[in-house]
Amino acid sequence: MTLDNLKKGQTAVVIAVNAGKELKNRFSSFGLVKGAYVYTEEYSLAKKTMEIRINKTRIAIRSSEAEKVEVV
Amino acid sequence: MSVIKVALVGQPNVGKSALINSVGNARLRVGNFSGVTVKKEVVRFTRDDYDFEITDLPGSYSLTDYTIEERVTKHYLDDNDYDLILNVVDSTNIERNLYLTTELLSLNKKVVVALNMTDEAVKEGVHIDENQLGKILGVSCVKTSAVEKTGIDELIQTLIKTYNLRENRFHLQFSEVYEQEICHIVSFLEEKKVQCKISLKALAIKLLREDKDTYLRFHEEPVWIELQTIVNEAYKHLYLHYDTKDLDDIFNDEKLALTKGAVIETVQFDKQEKQTFTDKIDSLLMHQFVGLPIFLFMMWGLFQLTFEVGSIPMDWIDAFFALLIDATKSFLGDTELASVIADGAIAGVGAVVLFLPNIIILFLGIALLETTGYMSRVAFLLDGFFHKFGLHGKSFIPLVSGFGCSVPAYMAARTLKNDRDRLLTLFIIGFMSCGARLPIYVLFVGAFFAEHHAGNLLFLIYITGALLGIIAAKVLKMTAFKGDDEPFVMEMPKYRLPSFKLIWHTVSGQAMMYLKKAGTFILLASVLVWFASNYPKLPEIEQQYQVKIEQADNERAISALNNELAQYKLEHSYLGIIGHASEPFFAPLGYDWRMAIALETGLAAKEVVVATLGVLYGLGEEQDEESSGLIEKIRANISLPAGISFIVFVMIYLPCLAASMVFMREAGSWKYLAYLFVFTTATAWSLSFIAFNTAQLFT
Ligand SMILES: Nc1nc2c(ncn2[C@@H]2O[C@H](COP(=O)(O)OP(=O)(O)O)[C@@H](O)[C@H]2O)c(=O)[nH]1
Ligand SMILES: [Mg+2]
Repeated sequence: MTLDNLKKGQTAVVIAVNAGKELKNRFSSFGLVKGAYVYTEEYSLAKKTMEIRINKTRIAIRSSEAEKVEVV
Repeated sequence: MSVIKVALVGQPNVGKSALINSVGNARLRVGNFSGVTVKKEVVRFTRDDYDFEITDLPGSYSLTDYTIEERVTKHYLDDNDYDLILNVVDSTNIERNLYLTTELLSLNKKVVVALNMTDEAVKEGVHIDENQLGKILGVSCVKTSAVEKTGIDELIQTLIKTYNLRENRFHLQFSEVYEQEICHIVSFLEEKKVQCKISLKALAIKLLREDKDTYLRFHEEPVWIELQTIVNEAYKHLYLHYDTKDLDDIFNDEKLALTKGAVIETVQFDKQEKQTFTDKIDSLLMHQFVGLPIFLFMMWGLFQLTFEVGSIPMDWIDAFFALLIDATKSFLGDTELASVIADGAIAGVGAVVLFLPNIIILFLGIALLETTGYMSRVAFLLDGFFHKFGLHGKSFIPLVSGFGCSVPAYMAARTLKNDRDRLLTLFIIGFMSCGARLPIYVLFVGAFFAEHHAGNLLFLIYITGALLGIIAAKVLKMTAFKGDDEPFVMEMPKYRLPSFKLIWHTVSGQAMMYLKKAGTFILLASVLVWFASNYPKLPEIEQQYQVKIEQADNERAISALNNELAQYKLEHSYLGIIGHASEPFFAPLGYDWRMAIALETGLAAKEVVVATLGVLYGLGEEQDEESSGLIEKIRANISLPAGISFIVFVMIYLPCLAASMVFMREAGSWKYLAYLFVFTTATAWSLSFIAFNTAQLFT
C-alpha cells in the first residue's frame, strides 16, 4: 500500500521510498525513511494534498509524491 | 582587535535570524515559515574586544543545491572564508535538526551548536543534556532562546572560546564499516602527501559520497589513477554491506544512525499530551471543508478593517493637509515658491501620507499571517487549486508577500526549485496588488462608492487581481512555460503566538519605510511633476488673458477667464504635452490626459500615482476657493466608468521601477522584463477597455 491510501488519522510504517535522488534526499532530511512511523493528519479538498507527521515534523505533500512511499 | 567571521547555518525556521537579532541587535526579517531568509545577510557588532561578522544564511534541511537559496548556503560553506560555523538547532525537534549538524561536522570546521527554542522545549518537556551532546559531537553546545534572550552571553563566550582553539579535531564517529573505509582512503592520501584545504578525513567523506566538485578537482591529477581504484574498492565494500548501490542512501543512513544514537543518549522526553495546541487549531483551520472558507472570511475581514478603521484617521489627515496647503499659500502669498511648496510638495506628499493608516492595517494582516504559522497552512489549502492552474503550492508564499511589496516577493520565489515554476511565479507576482497600490484603490473606491460597500469592493479588487494572476499563470503555463510538475513537499511550522514586539518591529519598520519614501522619493517626484506642469511659462497668452480680464465687467466672467487661463497653462505645460501625446492610447479607456500622466508616473512608483493626481487636480482649480480634499476632487473630475477602468489598469500593469529591476535580476535577463511589460500592459489595456465599456452600459 502507498501513503496516499491511508485514511485521516491512520498511522503506518514506511517500508520503501521509491523516489528519485532529490526527492529521496529531501524525504530523508524530514525523517521520512524506511522504518519511520507516519501519521496522516489532514487531507485537503479533493484529496490532492495531504499533511503527514513524522515524529514532530509536519509536512504537506501531494498525493502524487505520497504514491512513491510504500507503507504497511 | 580580531575579527570573528561566523557562518550562521541551520534548518529553516529554527530561529537563526531571530537569534542574531538578539545577539547583535540587528533587525533581520523573522517569520514563522521556511523561506524567510533567501539571501545571505551580514550583521556586524563588537563584543569583548572582538569584531563579530555573522552571515545569516538561508535555511537548509541538508546541504544540497536544489533551490537557489540552498545553493547560496552550500556554496558559501564550501568556498568562503569563515572562522566558524554557528549551527542553530530547534531543541523541540532535535533529531531532525542534528541531521544537518552531522553534515556540517563532516566539513571539519569549528562548529558551535546553539540549542535554540529552549523555552518551547521546556514547555514541551524535552530535556537535553547539552554537555553530553557536546561530548558526542565534539563541539560546544549552548542552550539559547532568541525570544526570551537567554543564553546569549554564554553563546558569545563560547564563540570566542572556540575561535581561540588552536585545532579542531574531527570528532564524528560513523559506523565501524564506514570509518574503516574512510581510514583506508585517508592513509592513502597521507602517503601520497595530498594537499587540501579541508582535512583529509573530510575529503575522504566527500569522495565516499561521490561529491561532484571533489571529483572535478582531482580527476586531472596523476594521483587520481590510484585513488580511483582505492575509492572503487571502498564503494564495493559499502555496497555489499548496505545492500544498496546508492551512496546517498548509505550516507543518509549513517547520518540517521548518528543522530538517533545521540538523541537516545542525551535527550529525555516527558510524556506528551495527546493533542498539542497546534493539533487543536489545525483541526479547524486545516479542515477539509471549512478551512478555505475560514481563510477567505479572514481576508474579507482584513479588507473591511483596512477601509473602516483606516478611514477614520484618513479624514483628519486629509483635512490637515488641505489646511496646510491653504496656510502655506496665505503665508507666502501668491508666489511661485508658495505654489511649488503647497501645490507641489505638500499636495504630493500629503496624498501619499493620507493612506498610511490603510497601509499599516494591511501590513499588520500580512505580518500576522507570516508570524503565526498560518501562511504555510494556506499554501496547503490552496495547493490543489493552484495545481490546476499550473502553479506550485509553494508559489503561494511569494504571492502573499506580493500583497505587501513586490520586491521581497520576487526574491521569495527563490524557494522554488524549478526555474520554470520560478519564472512563472515571477510573472504573476505583479497581479497581487502591492501595498503601494492600496492608496489608489482606497482613493477611487472612496470617491465613487458608498462607505458600507467600500470594504467589500477592496476585497473584490484583491481577489479579482489574484484570480486574474492565476488565470494568467494557466495561459503562460500552456504557452510559454510548458513542463512537468515539480514535487511539492513543504514543512508546516507549529503555531506560534507572535510577541507584540516582533509584530511592532515588522509593522513599524514597514510604516517608517513608507513615510521615508513619502518624504524623499515622493517629495522629489511631486516637485518634478509640479515643474513639468507649470512650465514652460506662456507670457504672451497670460498677457492676452490679462487684457481680457481687465475688460470683463462682472465677477463671474473674471473667474471664468481665470479658470480658462489656468486650464490652458496646464494643458500646454510639458506634462500637458506629454499627456496629450499619450491620450489617444488611453482615450478608449476613458481617461483624460491627467489620468494618463498619473499612470505613466506610476511606473516609477505606485505611490506617485496619487501624488500626481493630487498635484494635477489641485492646480486646475480656482485659486480663491478653499482647497477641498483629494477624494472630493477625484469625484468631481472623473466619471465612474473611467474610475473603474482606472482601477483595473492599476491592478494589472507593471509594478514600480525598483520592482522591475529586481524582477529582471531574479528572472535573469532584460528580455523577460520586456515580455513582462508587453504582457501586463496588453492585459491591463484590454481588461480596462472591457471594464470601461461595460460600466458605461450601466450608467
Ligand atoms: N519560542 C521561541 N520562538 C522562537 C525562538 N527563536 C525564534 N523563534 C520563532 O521562530 C520563528 C522562526 O524564526 P526565524 O528567525 O525567522 O527563523 P530562521 O528561518 O531560522 O531565520 C519565528 O516565528 C520566531 O519568532 C525561540 O528561542 N523561542
Ligand atoms: Mg531567517
